[in-house]
Amino acid sequence: MKQTLCLYFQVHQPFRLRRYRFFDIGKDHYYYDDFSNRSIMRKIAERCYLPANAVILELIKKHKGKFKVSYSITGSALEQFELYAPDVLESFKALAKTGCVEFIGETYSHSLSSLAHPREFEVQVKRHSDAMEHYFGQRPKTFRNTELIYSDAIGEQVAKMGFTTMLTEGAKHVLGWKSPNFVYANANNPKLKILLRNFRFSDDIAFRFSDRNWNEFPLTAEKYTAWLNATDKKDEVVNLFMDYETFGEHQWAASGIFEFLRYLPRTVIANSNFEFLTPTEASKKHQVVAPVLVPHPISWADEERDLTAWLGNELQHEAFSKVYSLSEQITASNDAALQKDWQALQNSDHFYYMSTKWFSDGDVHKYFNPYETPYDAFINYMNVLSDFLLRVKNTASAVAPTVAKEKKISPAPKTTAKKAATKTTVAKKATAKTTVKPTVAKKVVKTAAPQKATVKKTTVKKASTKTATKKVTNPKASKK
Amino acid sequence: MFGWEFPPHVAGGLATACYGLTKGLAKHGVDMLFVVPKAYGDEDQSATRIVSAENFEYTGSDTELELLWKHLIYIEAGSNLIPYLSPEEFENISHDVSSKGISHTSHFRHKFRFSGGYGKNLMNEVVAYALLAYNIAKQHIHEFDIIHAHDWLTYLAGISAKRASGKPLVIHVHATEFDRSGENVNQMVYDIERRGMQEADKIITVSNLTRNIVINRYGIDPHKVVTVHNAVDFNTNKFEDIEHGTTEKVVTFLGRITYQKGPDYFVEAAYKVLKRHKNVRFVMAGSGDMLNRMIRHVARLGIADRFNFTGFLRGDDVQQMFALSDVYVMPSVSEPFGISPLEAMRAHVPTIISKQSGVAEILKHAVKIDFWDVDAMADAIYGILSYPALTDMFIRLGDEEVESLKWDKAAMKVKSVYEQVCGSSA
Repeated sequence: MKQTLCLYFQVHQPFRLRRYRFFDIGKDHYYYDDFSNRSIMRKIAERCYLPANAVILELIKKHKGKFKVSYSITGSALEQFELYAPDVLESFKALAKTGCVEFIGETYSHSLSSLAHPREFEVQVKRHSDAMEHYFGQRPKTFRNTELIYSDAIGEQVAKMGFTTMLTEGAKHVLGWKSPNFVYANANNPKLKILLRNFRFSDDIAFRFSDRNWNEFPLTAEKYTAWLNATDKKDEVVNLFMDYETFGEHQWAASGIFEFLRYLPRTVIANSNFEFLTPTEASKKHQVVAPVLVPHPISWADEERDLTAWLGNELQHEAFSKVYSLSEQITASNDAALQKDWQALQNSDHFYYMSTKWFSDGDVHKYFNPYETPYDAFINYMNVLSDFLLRVKNTASAVAPTVAKEKKISPAPKTTAKKAATKTTVAKKATAKTTVKPTVAKKVVKTAAPQKATVKKTTVKKASTKTATKKVTNPKASKK
Repeated sequence: MFGWEFPPHVAGGLATACYGLTKGLAKHGVDMLFVVPKAYGDEDQSATRIVSAENFEYTGSDTELELLWKHLIYIEAGSNLIPYLSPEEFENISHDVSSKGISHTSHFRHKFRFSGGYGKNLMNEVVAYALLAYNIAKQHIHEFDIIHAHDWLTYLAGISAKRASGKPLVIHVHATEFDRSGENVNQMVYDIERRGMQEADKIITVSNLTRNIVINRYGIDPHKVVTVHNAVDFNTNKFEDIEHGTTEKVVTFLGRITYQKGPDYFVEAAYKVLKRHKNVRFVMAGSGDMLNRMIRHVARLGIADRFNFTGFLRGDDVQQMFALSDVYVMPSVSEPFGISPLEAMRAHVPTIISKQSGVAEILKHAVKIDFWDVDAMADAIYGILSYPALTDMFIRLGDEEVESLKWDKAAMKVKSVYEQVCGSSA
């Protein structure tokens, strides 16, 4: 039987917060750094998403069904594609049409909700699945949690939501002597199959590829295939999970990463016993060998493979508990603008910026971090959250629980691809015009809230919330 | 080693730094002879022998010395140089000095009586100290391998000791004239500093900030200049459990109220915070030439009911002030090092420091802002007051951090500078 090589790439961009001073609290409800978000998205689109998608598409066509990959694209990345990079979104849609690409489920806002609030977790997963179905025409069967966070309990909940397969890290302290190169099952619900990341093979590409001090430098497709052939013949599946930004952004084009990507499938197909399968196919093909026991949550980060990068110090715990203390009120409120902001505030990246772990070896992590210090990150986040708390409080007292019509503005947008593209360019221009627009939009939000309370004509209400969400909260522009 | 003062006779921060350094060096097996203009006899001599220049007689006869004197004499037109002092102290000292009535004809063939402070005749004393240093170096020539001079007051002494002994000179820059006077430098002091830096075989600066000033403003070869960050050795805190008089949070500025310390930025930030936060009080502790202006400014902004001035604080009062504080702010425009944030952290006070201070180069667990960025300063103050998790973090990690800044480590680096200098000149 052929062994399986399973490729999965993570695509995520957070909504970075603007510098939000305490004197803005209660006055200014716009939280995002449009300039950074736009310029970073454009930069990564040019360096990574567009060229990498072109290579993948070319490979799929060339190998006629023998080359398969899978992606997980977060909701905040999708929203930013809509706003700033519709060309990237189109190229992902083109990949989806080939039938050789599986789209994987996760939380819509790349959040840590699985650790905080089971119901909120479920809402976000559903929202993400809806978005996948909307954009790519497939409802995810495989799940990956934010940062590959996994525990027996989380897996159990994921199984209940109807997923058949879940991805996580092949953490040494969990596996012990066991190999990550088999299909495992959740300890509480054996129906959920678990694929474990082979971190050595994955990191050879993701971290070490362009490292000149690495004794295996330079890495070629032939060498890599030889390593794959050298694995135990009884191994069944090698899982390569990594950030998609590995291609062209973490490893620059000049390092030859795209050539590596281009030639690896050919050598693997021609010179090895491996075949490419998507996670769902892999878990169907291979038998479960054993349950994997993970009582405490693991992730794919750092040496420790734990949660300390996001929930390691007092600052992070404080911010985390404050933001999730709102869970009930938000779900009750039905206020679209509020929900939008709440999602953005849950991005795990905000907590990552507050980590004090990197003081010793900051360079790798500084790259991802717009703040100079974790204290800076915390103060800014808490200022935003303070304003958000006030808004939640105000709407909670203003809005009676009768507003059910607003439900229309929940997850999946329903416009065609073309419409979405043109609309987002408009939205882009609007934000590009900078400073004047947001202040106008803010006013709309302010007036929009009381309007709901006094229930005016529905047409007016619709129009105002639409413009408000469009400009204020960077939503999917294609909402109806 | 040439210094100007040594504990317990402290007028500026220099003595404390010298004391810490000598203790650190002694631990690493370095023998030192510490020369001060005036020794009182009660100095702690456990780490180094203290030599008073006063006990030496000046017997200048050889031609080399005459030559030296010629080079130095032009600076002798002393003026009122008060580099480190508050107005009160200035008054005390200048009174002291004038009543002692030192005449500068007494230089030759006489012992010189030093005030040991920073008085009116500072320039005379600096020159006299340099002349005596020549003899001291001659007499002790077999007892030392390196000359180490602390700050400009002793650079001339260092130079003359180098001439007398032919041994290498290391100068230690704790502050430059630019830190003390902004752009209005005293030309004489600048000249002495520059001479010292040129003649030195190696220069030690207390921060990279100071190192850059030495390189750019004094035109010194970068290879000659090494940064050794200062350190702190604390005794235990006596006032940790002091009770607050009010329920309000207290935000403190503590230092000389002069241009370099940036008190005006602190007032502006206070104004911004007070507009939004009710339960807070600001305190400006210290004195200086901008004090009255600050009081007027606070009154004009209409925040005087929540903004207090304490005047100059000494010894235990400083500790007590820290113990009462919830936030400490050091908004210095220019600070070669800045030891007080470390004292604040030690007293478990979350600290905000300006990026324009040397200490910002080594501290991780403090909020760092540009001194001019009043918005950021206000925001940081507000953040610490409003989000208690920050205070918890600062207390836990700040303590650890300050604990790790030992003179031992700094002394190790100084010792390696010595070794380099000895190696290259031998």
